[in-house]
Amino acid sequence: MTEPHKPRWHFRRPSVIPGFGITFGYTLTCLSLVVLLPLAALVWRASGLGLSGIIDVARDPRVASALKISFGVSLLAALTASIFGFVVAWVLTRYRFPGRRIVDATVDLPFALPTAVAGIALASLYAPTGLVGAQLERIGIQAAYTPVGIFIAMVFIGLPFAVRTVQPLIAEIDKEVEEASATLGASRRATLVKVVLPPLIPAVLTGFALAFARGVGEYGSIIFIAGNLPYVSEIAPLLIVIKLSEYDYAGAAAIATIMLGISFLTLLAINLIQAWSRRRFGYV
Amino acid sequence: MSEGAVILSGPPPAARAQSAVGEGRAVRWTLIAVAIVFLALFLVLPMLTIFVQAFSKGWETYLATFREPDAIAAVKLTLTVAAIAVPFNLVFGVAAAWAIAKFEFPGKSLLVTLIDLPFSVSPVVSGLIYVLVFGSQGVFGGFFAAHGIQILFALPGIVLATIFVTFPFVARELIPLMQEQGTAEEEAALTLGASGLWAFLTVTLPNIRWGLLYSVLLCNARAMGEFGAVSVVSGHIRGLTNTIPLHVEILYNEYNFVAAFAVASLLAGLALVTLLLKSVLEWRYAGELAAGGRH
Repeated sequence: MTEPHKPRWHFRRPSVIPGFGITFGYTLTCLSLVVLLPLAALVWRASGLGLSGIIDVARDPRVASALKISFGVSLLAALTASIFGFVVAWVLTRYRFPGRRIVDATVDLPFALPTAVAGIALASLYAPTGLVGAQLERIGIQAAYTPVGIFIAMVFIGLPFAVRTVQPLIAEIDKEVEEASATLGASRRATLVKVVLPPLIPAVLTGFALAFARGVGEYGSIIFIAGNLPYVSEIAPLLIVIKLSEYDYAGAAAIATIMLGISFLTLLAINLIQAWSRRRFGYV
Repeated sequence: MSEGAVILSGPPPAARAQSAVGEGRAVRWTLIAVAIVFLALFLVLPMLTIFVQAFSKGWETYLATFREPDAIAAVKLTLTVAAIAVPFNLVFGVAAAWAIAKFEFPGKSLLVTLIDLPFSVSPVVSGLIYVLVFGSQGVFGGFFAAHGIQILFALPGIVLATIFVTFPFVARELIPLMQEQGTAEEEAALTLGASGLWAFLTVTLPNIRWGLLYSVLLCNARAMGEFGAVSVVSGHIRGLTNTIPLHVEILYNEYNFVAAFAVASLLAGLALVTLLLKSVLEWRYAGELAAGGRH
């Protein structure tokens, strides 16, 4: 995997700064050993199955329903996280209110809190005996041990992505453009819809895609609240773990490949959105 | 129509200016309330739950949890793993940022994308790929088994999986930061006779110290808290290959909730300290951190 490299890369732009050879070589070596080689093992294992083999695994009813749950619920959760994330980002950048900085720091909680810890906390909070779970039960919603629980965990994990991708762009909006729109007679609503929001769309979509990708792959914060009933609330990552514990390496690799393929497409979508945004608005 | 006519025909200037570029008071406070209630329900309440549950049987029970040999072993293992994984990624991140930010070469954006790859891989898949490499049916499984080296279900596997999931943290923060700073200062140091290493230590390092600290903090929090990837490669051997998050899982699944939350409160405390330091760095040294970095 490592490319053979000479201490002085001939196509590198000449520079008086030393250390390219050693740092570049070290970077490539680490990257190959830690990331590329193990991922290649997955691709190699999956290619042994062939495309038809992978499709066969995906057709298995239990796998199919796990994939459907993972991707379907993650889509809904990413949508919810994007909508509320936008409100949170807007409020944090546009308005001044006491405790704003604390609220702002809170948004990063899901980044910092280990997923297993978040998982047991969410499970006990939204369980039928839990603080919020009991209230939801009263209005007829059972959250824990159903797809609703998966949804809650995925919103939790996706929210910071939705907020943090939009926030810097809201901060950058030129107030003068809004003022111009207003002095030209546009109502506040028209200004928002026609002037303020369009440049934010790529960032919202990027945040959505990141939250979606994270939700699909998420494991730790979901398994405690999900109940993990096959065909009802079993997610694809858990099925990989189950297959591994049954020593079904090929099956695990097949599910992982499907998930990787879809995350790859999501990444590609993000890059396309950003390329489009650069062309359309001149920034990412 | 003259400009003056437009302004005079509207409400008094002050009121008009406010409603033109902002929302009304009612809308503003409604949005703030929605944001705060949402965050409280989804983020703050779970955090509080951990501590409320951990102390629900009092201090004595809380402290007793940490006298269990299995809990002590889990804490030791987690500290060991972080002590290997974080410095590894620190050295890698600095080297990668130096090569990528200070030089121009083709294929650079591909390299950055590849470094970022672990962020978009599911934690479970991150563990799985090491099982496929080092497992009994794996690519190198036979080789290591023949030489009596245990990788999976032992410390090396846990460290590798942790390095994988935290791989991009330092590089991701330093690359944009060092790109922003350019090469002029290092070039000046070099023309004044400094060696490469001396220029790095006295010029580059002071410029990136806050960014470095920031990324190490986040890297460490993730390394100590990683669950999915480690769970796949660890084998869950009590007192031997259980990290703190895995120990939390075991206690919880045994319905030993108070102990589970007590152990979890260690990690929650770490998360709070990390967030606090992160926020302090963002407020005080915003100019010396990479702007708008993704996590």
